Amino acid sequence: MAALRSRFGAAVERTTVLLGASVVSVARERAHEVLAWLRDAPDQRYDYLVDVTAVEYRDRERPLELVYQLRSLPRGVMLRLKVDLAKDRPLEVDSVVDLWRGADWLEREVWDMFGIRFRGHPDLRRILMWENYAEGHPLRKDFPLRGRFSRSEQVRRALGADLQAHYSMEELSIAEAYDAVPADVRERLLGGEQER
Amino acid sequence: MELTGPEQHRAPQDEAERAGFLSPNWVTARLDDLVNWSRANSLWPMAFGTACCAIEFMATAASRFDLARFGMERVAYSPRQADVLICAGRLPFKLAPVIRRVWDQMPQPKWCISMGACASTGGIFDNYAMVQGIDTIVPVDVYVPGCPPRPEGLLYGILMLQKKIKGETVFDPDLRVERLADQQGLFLEPAAVDELSEPFGNSIHQTRSA
Repeated sequence: MAALRSRFGAAVERTTVLLGASVVSVARERAHEVLAWLRDAPDQRYDYLVDVTAVEYRDRERPLELVYQLRSLPRGVMLRLKVDLAKDRPLEVDSVVDLWRGADWLEREVWDMFGIRFRGHPDLRRILMWENYAEGHPLRKDFPLRGRFSRSEQVRRALGADLQAHYSMEELSIAEAYDAVPADVRERLLGGEQER
Repeated sequence: MELTGPEQHRAPQDEAERAGFLSPNWVTARLDDLVNWSRANSLWPMAFGTACCAIEFMATAASRFDLARFGMERVAYSPRQADVLICAGRLPFKLAPVIRRVWDQMPQPKWCISMGACASTGGIFDNYAMVQGIDTIVPVDVYVPGCPPRPEGLLYGILMLQKKIKGETVFDPDLRVERLADQQGLFLEPAAVDELSEPFGNSIHQTRSA
C-alpha cells in the first residue's frame, strides 16, 4: 500500500485493512493505470483477477463502489481495489479485459446487474438477463423487487423472446472451427440457426 | 375349435358360435376404459428439471422408488416422444419460451405435472426473474406441493394423474384441443396471468417497490 501511495499519490483515495484484507480505493480515471501496474510491477504481480463486482449503498448520496478482487498467485496475497463512481456522472470506467481476459464475463455481469459501462470492452452485452430485457438493472437500489412491469407484461415479453437470439455464433464453440467446416455449413452459421 | 369355460357344456347355437366368436380369447370393453387404461399405464415423462426438485425426480426414477412400476420406464428427454411434462423446479422468465416450445412440440395426448412450490407458484422467488407458476405458460394437470416434494409425493401426484386420465373420455372434443397463443403472444388473458401471479401468504406484506 505504501508503494501504491508513493507511486500514484492523490489517485489513491483511501487505504484500510479490514479483517486482514487490504482495501484500496482509487480514482476512477487512474483505475486502469493502477491495475496495470499492480499486475505488471515485479514486486506486486497480481496476476489473477478473482472477481469484479459492485456495491450500491442504501444511502443515495453515497457513490456506487466498483470492486476488483485481486490475487497474486506467486506471492499468495490478496488485494481489494475499489473505485467510487459518483451517481451524478455517467457510470463508466475503463475495461480491464486487456489486462485480464477473464474480466470479460465479470464486467458483463456488472453491466447487466448494475448498469456500469466498461469503456473498451469487446462485447458489452447482458449476460444473465436476456437480450431484450427492458426493465433496467436488477441489483440497483431503485429497482423494484418484482420488476417494473406487470406480471402479464413480463410473461408476454418472455414468451415473445427469440429463442435463438440468446446464442451468438461467437459463443458457440463451433465458431472456432469456422474455417474448417464446409461452405454450406458456413453459410448457415452466418445466418444463425433460423427455422426455415 | 373347442370351447372352454362355462360355454363348453352348451352346444353351439349358430354359425358364428361354431366359428369360435365366443371363445374366451375375446374381451369386450368400453373404448374409453381401454384407451385410458393403456394411456395411464404407459406415460413417458419429459423431465424438465431446473432445480433441487430435479434431484428428487431422479431419486423417484431410480431403483428405490422406481418410476418404472407405473409404466414410466422410459424418461423421454425428447418432447416428441413424451406424454407428461414434469416441470421439476423453479422457472425463470428466461426459460419460459423454452418450456413453451417443449410443450408445443409434445404430441397429443399430453399432460403436465408441476412439481414443487416454485414451479406451481413461484415459491419463495417472488421477484423480477421468476415465473409465478408455470400455469401462466402451460396448462397444468397436477400440482405436487413440497419444497422439494419427496419422491413419495411425486409418485402420489403421478397416481393422481393416472386417476385423472382414467376419468377422461376420447369423445370429448374439447379435451385435447391445443391452446395456442393469442395475438399478444399469451396463452391466458393478461388479467388471469396477473391474478395467478399475485403474491399470497407472507409475501402479501411486501409492496411492489419493496
